[in-house]
Order: sequence, then structure tokens, then C-alpha cells
Amino acid sequence: MAKLHVSTTVNGEPLEFLCEPHDTMLDALRNQLALTGSKEGCASGDCGACSITLDDRLVCSCLMLAAEAEGHEIRTIEGMARGGRLHPLQEKFLEQAALQCGICTSGMLVASEALLAKNPDPSEEEVRFWLAGNLCRCTGYDKIVRAVLETATEMREAAQ
Amino acid sequence: MNIVVNNKWIGQRTIRPDGVDKVTGRAAFAADTAMPGMIWGKVLRSPHPHARIRSIDTSRAEALPGVKAVVTSRDVVDFPLDKSVMLGIQDMRWMCRNVMARDKALFPGHPIAAVAATTEAIAAKACELIEVDYEVLPWSIEIDDAIRPDAQILHESITFQGKPSNIVGQLEHKKGDIEAGFKQADVIIERTFTTRPVHQGYIEPHACLISVAADGKTTIWSSSQGQFMVRAMTAYLTGIPQSDIRAIPAEIGGGFGGKTIVYLEPLATLLAKKSGRPVKMVMTREEVMRATGPTSGSKNTVKIGARKDGTIVAAQGTFYLQAGAFPGSPIRGAAGCSFAPYDIANVLSVGYDVCSNRSKVAAYRAPGAPIGAYAVECVLDEVAESLNMDPLDFRLKNAAKQGTKAAHGPVFPRIGYIETLEAAKTAPHYSTPIGKLQGRGVASGFWFNAGGESSAQVNITEDGNVVVTTGHPDIGGSRAGIANICAELLGIDYRRVSVIIGDTQTVGFSNLTGGSRVLFASAMVVTQAAEKVINTLRERAAKIWEIDPEAVKWENGAAHPASPNAGQFEPLTLEDLAEKAPMQGGPIGAGVQLNTQGADGGFGTHICDVEVDIELGIARVIRYTAVQDVGRAVHPGYVEGQLQGGVAQGIGWALNEEYIYRSDGKVDNPGFLDYRMPVCSDLPMLDTILVEVPNPKHPQGVKGVGEVPLVPVMAAVANAIYRATGKRFYALPMSPPKVLEGLEQPIQQAAE
Amino acid sequence: MTDIRYVAPQTLDEAIGAYAAAGSAARILAGGTDLLVQMRSGAVKPGLIVDIKKVRELTAVEEISGGGFRIGAAVPGAVLAEHPRFRQTWPGVLEAVNLIGSTQVQGRASAGGNLCNASPAGAIVTVQGPDGRRELKVEDVPAGPGRTNLKPGEILVSFTLPPRPPGSSDAYLRMIPRTEMDIAVVGCGVSLTLKDGVCTHARVGLGAVAPTALLVEPAAQALIGSRLDDTALTAAANACRAACRPIDDKRGTIAYRTQIAGVLLKRTTNIAAERAQGK
Repeated sequence: MAKLHVSTTVNGEPLEFLCEPHDTMLDALRNQLALTGSKEGCASGDCGACSITLDDRLVCSCLMLAAEAEGHEIRTIEGMARGGRLHPLQEKFLEQAALQCGICTSGMLVASEALLAKNPDPSEEEVRFWLAGNLCRCTGYDKIVRAVLETATEMREAAQ
Repeated sequence: MNIVVNNKWIGQRTIRPDGVDKVTGRAAFAADTAMPGMIWGKVLRSPHPHARIRSIDTSRAEALPGVKAVVTSRDVVDFPLDKSVMLGIQDMRWMCRNVMARDKALFPGHPIAAVAATTEAIAAKACELIEVDYEVLPWSIEIDDAIRPDAQILHESITFQGKPSNIVGQLEHKKGDIEAGFKQADVIIERTFTTRPVHQGYIEPHACLISVAADGKTTIWSSSQGQFMVRAMTAYLTGIPQSDIRAIPAEIGGGFGGKTIVYLEPLATLLAKKSGRPVKMVMTREEVMRATGPTSGSKNTVKIGARKDGTIVAAQGTFYLQAGAFPGSPIRGAAGCSFAPYDIANVLSVGYDVCSNRSKVAAYRAPGAPIGAYAVECVLDEVAESLNMDPLDFRLKNAAKQGTKAAHGPVFPRIGYIETLEAAKTAPHYSTPIGKLQGRGVASGFWFNAGGESSAQVNITEDGNVVVTTGHPDIGGSRAGIANICAELLGIDYRRVSVIIGDTQTVGFSNLTGGSRVLFASAMVVTQAAEKVINTLRERAAKIWEIDPEAVKWENGAAHPASPNAGQFEPLTLEDLAEKAPMQGGPIGAGVQLNTQGADGGFGTHICDVEVDIELGIARVIRYTAVQDVGRAVHPGYVEGQLQGGVAQGIGWALNEEYIYRSDGKVDNPGFLDYRMPVCSDLPMLDTILVEVPNPKHPQGVKGVGEVPLVPVMAAVANAIYRATGKRFYALPMSPPKVLEGLEQPIQQAAE
Repeated sequence: MTDIRYVAPQTLDEAIGAYAAAGSAARILAGGTDLLVQMRSGAVKPGLIVDIKKVRELTAVEEISGGGFRIGAAVPGAVLAEHPRFRQTWPGVLEAVNLIGSTQVQGRASAGGNLCNASPAGAIVTVQGPDGRRELKVEDVPAGPGRTNLKPGEILVSFTLPPRPPGSSDAYLRMIPRTEMDIAVVGCGVSLTLKDGVCTHARVGLGAVAPTALLVEPAAQALIGSRLDDTALTAAANACRAACRPIDDKRGTIAYRTQIAGVLLKRTTNIAAERAQGK
């Protein structure tokens, strides 16, 4: 069986790759494109460690076929820092010790960025429900939620 | 020892050395690497809970195009059953049979064979082509079934009371005269509790990438809680000498005790050796749930007697813990820790290690202690209630303190348990009014904490900065703590200190990341190494200044004359001395290896508020405060994080997490959908109060902090649910169907 | 190694052609949140995957005359949630659709697939196959767990939600052990119309208490004609409990599910009534 040829955009860069029809987007990112920042924790959409955006919509890359990327725009954790500058969420996660082992961190950050793009002023409850699909076993979520809320406040202030 | 005070860096919330890599996706975890020529390994696992393996035919698998190697138990070094070979707390007799079933498969998921092939799909297909002839045997999973007189025995060679038995171990702690003690009691309460197996739940599945060269030189890239454990166990199980195995610690995506033993590494090594190709193996989540971890399910009876004045006069505990397929359940933690917070004259605490047809238990955060504490702390709540005492006052009256002899042996040095109770009592949380169908519970907990072997190297770079290499994998931010300590000692900005975890061939032996030992032990070796470096720096400055080294002091990152008498010299900074090093005696650095001692136990006290939806049976934690004696919070952010993470795991254990078995003995919920760990929207903010009673035996006053936070949680939640509903629950998890069922009885009675 | 093919046709006819030709080995890929998990676990080994998201009709949300909506079968829940007017008319449908999982899953999982779960919206389903197009009531689509009444080669095209008279609204609640990420132990949807405080029309749906979602007509009848007082709610709750034919499994017990069905009926009805009265 011939592999599929996929043309897509990842973190703003147009690129092409070959994949098997059953390969997930996560497989393609990690194995074909060497973008291993997205993690596989469950392969069933239950942990969110593989979170990416597909045309700015938050999805689990383990629940998407690589072939579906054709003609679409993908963003991953590797595209979050721009020009060597960390995103405010990345800075805040570091300042607030909002990560321990770090395996969920990529997905948490991608999901949080998607939240703030849609809702720059989320309540604690909104943050918690938005991130409910991102499992973290280390932190109890406390510092993650605080980091997202504080970043939101600072980004709103900076935008004024 | 000098406890450093007025610190610049110790106690600061600095940025962790590995932080930027982890927020940008650059950090390399176990599954994140590849090698040229790499192939993929897969494990064929037993579908049966208990079966004799009559034969295994791998010929069809080997013939499949793309298959490069197949291994079975014939390829794994055998450790005969008649002789125990211990590595740490693990017996290689059991480890060799756990990584690959020999004569019998003992649980669904038990490895039977492993295949390496050019793609994962081919390896999986090859596993299907392996023919195994099983003689299916009767089996048991639950403790009550496993200890019945007619139960099928897992290990005929192990006897209890003279007969082959699934009770494979026993441990007893005794103090005073238990019967005489109960005779003094005005109130005696005895209850039986059950808990279900729960998984550590790390998000990163086990994974490794292993290459074996033609001369046997082996490189292991894997995530574990100990690269030295990986090296030693792999050496034992493959026959390759340890000197030929370089085990490189990848970043580890959570462990909580579950990555203190090997599963894949010996198999991937054998496959790599046989195929001549680097082999990568990554477990699926389902494999993780079926074949690794969890901790024990348990059945425990606790009896506590107290006098009217609140003095506990006798306490008895009997703890049956599931070991799974091989001996080794954490009865020491259950029987040893649960009464430790209290000064009780008469104690009898007995643990039984019970084998059954379930995956072998792995350590889980204070192994055994949360199970014991759940029973003890719930009974204490009942005793306090029957005496009409505030539960914290009751604990204060009986609290262990300096000089108390614990039932498990030690006489406590200066400990901070009372301080945690006092801090809990005065915390605003404890006096805040609560609403209808809400309840507030408290509970305490203890964990031994460990020290042990640790090695570190502190090297000064040519440009006058610092590289620290230690040997314990960093799961929760220990590198940040080490950077703070090193910066403090050398008097430089912490950003000038790079902290890395060395591999087995570049840093000295260091014991597992476990037992809450890492910052305790590595701070000790790093401190001694840094002190040696400072002495070298003073000697170098003294030589340049042509004065006595004793007349040189090290301050703020530079050598200074110790006093005006020593002479007038411009300070020589770390950079100055590094630059001059080639002409002044060569490289500057020091290594230290110690078997660290003095890791005193840790205590915590928790306050939990719940709200119960009595129509649906749902209990939600709405407020939580964890108080703990942490010794010294070298990096408060990551200390708080340990407390918060432990609490979250405990809330999961209390309310929803459990292994559910089907009637055929297989786990019915081997994934994150139905193994219900807390999600972000399940929890409130988790408040912490760090009580700092410095450990006098540690240069920075450090005590282990990582495990205590899980110990009190389930009891705190259960006690809170009682206060909210008037109903006590004696079984975990307190999931909605069970809570509703429990609540229905009194409600119906009231209606009648 | 694998013999899977993947196609992403631009038109419905091409999709149906490919799907029908491949027979039982073909699978439709809309959100993929079930299919990919089943493929990964080995439960499903498709010979052909037909990705329908390039077919415009299947990804569109259209308002139809009189205030109804036609929702393409591949429209994700999150897209439906962003529609400016859908939320006002069918808040309960949106709840049913978007209580199905995480933000990530809502971004992919098709709304339609979940409409079949327990929604009492009275939706009409349009399906199309080699023999042409036909319409079914939504409750007639599921045949059993994981099975539908679609004919071989038929593809779900869209769901049509009818216009609503004034004073109408709906609500959906589910019982899950956690606050998110679980499959419903029991789901309950109520759609109703109130006139001067009296319920003139009601439909009640229950999920996860029988092999397929149930429309509980006796519960609806108990509500209709009442002012949704305690007597009516209790009668409807009892009707829901009586209709339950659940199983014991890892997610809940028979006793628990039956009890909860009644509790949810009352809570869901109250929410729907508040919405219908514009509260």
C-alpha cells in the first residue's frame, strides 16, 4: 500500500510528509516531523497531552488522522515561543512552578493558549472546565489554574 | 551541622533548570528519541489470570517478514526459587518472572514473549502469530478469595503456618501489652475497612530505546526513578555486566513509585542483542494499566481504645494487602506508619502480604501508609466523637513528639507533628463556617522518609560558572532545589548553576528517586562537594595572595581576606579563579559519594471540606488545606506542588479511582476514561501550610516531603463526608453509587 | 502492512459511491473521536476510511424557514456552540452535544452522532445512500449499542431540528462521577412548551438506561397539562424509573441508574421550564 502524501502547514511553515492511512497526526508529528513536544499519554483523547490546534481549534492529535492535515494549519507546542521569546503563559508556568514532571505541560500550554485566544478573561471555573481534558497527575492543577488566570490578567493589561 | 539562615537563594521561587525545555516541548522523555536503524518491540501478554504455560511456538512469528527477533523466558536469566537474590527491596526471583512469565502466567497482561520488527504493526502482527499452549488454572484476585483454604496457590514454594499459602509474608510491630491496654479503655471502637487497587497514574507510559553493540556495550535510554536500578536489574536479567550498560535517564513523565522497577528494559535489551538493531518499546495506556503498578487493594481492621480524658491506651491494626502476582506488598508502610503519629503505650500492628492473580504491586507514594492511615484516622475520628472531643484536640493530646518511641522501632528525634496540628487548628480554614450538606474532616499521616546512597559532582567551568551532576532522576523539581542550594553555598546567582542528572557511567551510584530521599540526599552530597570546591578556591586565592588559606574567606561568590590582619587584597571572584585555574593547579571541582543518614520521618495534617449531593450520591471536595512539617522549603513552589499533587491523588483514591475487574479476571477499566483520576474541574484550589521544623541532621534542614501528602487524604475526605451526611463509609472509593446506597438506608428509615 | 485506504471526497455522491463500494469494511470519518480509538485498540480494522469533512453539506449549519436548523452530520459540537442563534433555541441540544467530552473532543466530535443519544428534540435525520435520500426520526436511528438502522451504504447527511413555538425550551443533564471526561451514567433530556405556566407539549429522553436512548412517553404525558408541580414531576420521575432497563457495569448499577433517572428528570425539567419562561 502506497503511503499518502500530505501538504500542510505546521507552526506557520508549509511542509510535506508521507504517512500511512492509519497514522494519527500525533504519529506524524512525533515520528515523521520529529516534533516530539506533543506527547502520547493515552491515544484515546482522554489525557490531552497531545493537544494541538487545527485551524486554531483545539484538538487531540491522537484523535486525528495525519491525512486530515492536508491543506490545514497545525500549531504545536514547538510553535508557541515566537522568535526565541517565550509566550507569557510559558513564562508564567515557570514562575509559578506550574509543572512538575512536565509530561502534560505541552498540552496544558497549547490548551491554555487556545482558551485565552477565545476568552481573554476566563473565570476560575471556565479555566477548570476548559482544561478538564488535560490530565495532570503531579500538580493537583492548583498552580496551573493560577498561572492561566494570572497570565490572562497580565495579557489584558498589556493589551490596554 | 550548621543550618544556613538568612538565605539569598534557599527558600526562593527560582526558575527550574529544566524549565524552559519543558514549556517549549524540547525536553526529551523516554519515548522522544530515535536511533538510526531503530526497530520496534512489542510484548505478547497472557489473556489468562492464571495458567500453566505448556509450550510456546514462535516459529510463525519469526518467519514473518520484518521480524528481527523474538524472545521468551528462555532468554531471560533465571533466578531459581530456592534462593533469594535481593536488589534493594526487590527479589530477583520475582523480578525475572515478572518481566517474563516462566512456567506460569500469573495475571492477565503478564508478558509471555516479546518481538522486535521493523514497524510497530509488524511487531503486533507477529505477537498474534505466537502460539502458546496454556493450561488454564483457577484464580483469585480479591484478598478474601486468595486466603480461602481451598484457594489455588500461586507459589507452591511459599508456606504460611506450615502449608503452601497465598499469604506470602507477615510483619508485626509490637509495643507494650495490647490486652492490658484495652482493659484501661473507657471507649473502644473497632472497624473494618476495604480499599481498592489504585494506579499511580503517571501520564507518561513506560518506554525505552536500547542499543546493544556487537561487543555487548549497551546503551539504555529510558525513563525511570533510577538509572542505576535500570542498569542493575537489566544486568541481572540479561547477564550483561553492569560496566557494559550505560543507562541514560530520560526526563521522566511521572512515577510516584511506579517506575522503581523495570518492565521493558530487559526485554528490549535482549531483543536488541538478538537483532543487532536498536529497539524501541513504548507501552500503550492499556498495557500500563494491566501490567504495571498499581498499589494494593486491602482489607484492614483497626481497634482503638481510649480513656475518658482522651488518652489513647491501646491500638491494634491488622492489615491484609494484595501483593499481586509476586510477594512484596507494602505491609511495612501500612503496619508501620499508621500509628506512628501517636504516643500510644500499647500497640499491636500486623501486616499480611497476600498474593493473587493481579499485576505485581509497585510502590505508590508512601507505599502502604495511606492504606493504614485511612483505617486508623477514620477510627480516631469516631473515638474523638464518642469522647466529645475536637478531632484535632484529640490528636494533640496523643501526638508523638521528641522522645516518643514509635511502635515500629525508632525513638523520635525533634519532629514537627504537633506543629502541624497547631497550625491546622489556627488555620482560618478550620474555623470558617460551612453550609448545609457540607462537612469538614481532618486526618494526619506519617511517612518514614529515606536517605541512602547519593553521589554528586560539582565542577567549575572555565568561565567561572557551575555544573552540578547528580544521580537521582528529577520528577518534581529537585534540580531547582539543588540549584538554590549550590548558588547559596557559592554565593552566586542561581542562574549560573546548571544542574543535570548524570547517566550510570558518568556519575557515582545513587539510589532510586523514592522514599522522599532526593533533595535530602543530594543536598548533602552537593553541600559537601561545594564545600570542597570552596576550600579549593580559598587555597587558590591564598596562593595568589601568598597568605594562609585559613586567612581567606569565601563570600558573595569571591575570595576575600578573612580579616584586615590577613592583608589588603582585591577580592578574587569565581570567574577570576576559574580563569587562572590552568596556571594555579588545574581544574576546580569535587565529587562526593555518601550513604546519607538522618532522614527523619515526616508528618502532615489535612483539613478537607466536602459538599454532598445526596440525591446523586456525589461528594465533591470544595476546600482543602494540607499542613506539613517540611523541614526546610528550599524551593517553596515545588514543595507546595508536592503537597498539592499528593492531595489530588488522595482525593481520586477516596472518591473514584479503583481497578474494576470483569468476571474473567481482566481489568475492565484499563484507560483514563473509566479509571477516573481527578480532572481540573473536579478540584478546588489546594491550600498548603508549610511548617518548617528544620531537620537538625541536615545541612539545610531538609526533610523529605513528597510522600506524606498522600497519607492523610482518604481519611480526611471520609471524615468530612461523615460530617456532611451523618454516614460513615468503610470502603473506598466513596463513589456515587456507593454513597447513594449508603445514604438511602437511614433516609428510608427516617421516612418510615 | 496495513490495507487501509483513506479518501476525502469533495461531494456527497463520491462519498456514498466509495462508501457503498467498500461494503462492510468501510468506515465514515467525521470527528473520529470514536473511530480512531476503535482502530487503535484493534476493535475496528477498516479497509476504507471515508473522510466526509470536505463535503460542504455535511459541515454546514443552516437556519431553515420558520426558525428551525439543519445541522450537517460532521459539524463538531464546538462549531454548533459558536452559532449565534442556535443556543437560544436549543440550549438543551447544545448541552447534550457538548457535555460529551473535553474541549478537545468538542472541537472534533460531530454533534449529530450524539444527538442520537438522548435528545428529545424531535429531530429528523436525513440519510443518503446508493438508493437515494430518505428521512428518519432521530429516535429510529439507533438499533442497539453501536448499531443503527441505516441501510448498507447509507451515510448520515444532516439533522433537522424543527421550528419551536413561543414558550419552548429544553435542557439536558447527565450524571457522571467526575465533573467532566466521563461517559454518562445516566443522561436526561427534556424539551417542553409552556403556555401561561401550563405545559402544553413535552418530550423526555433518557440515555444509558437501556440498549438505546429512550423516549419516555409516559413521563412526557405526566408533564403535559400540569404546571410542573411536585405531583407532576414525581409522576414523571416515576415514569422514567419505570422505563429504565439498565445494566450493571463499571459505570453504574441497575439500582443507581434507575434511581438517578428520576432525579435527573426533575432537575432537567426545572431547568427547561425556567428557560421556557425566559428566566
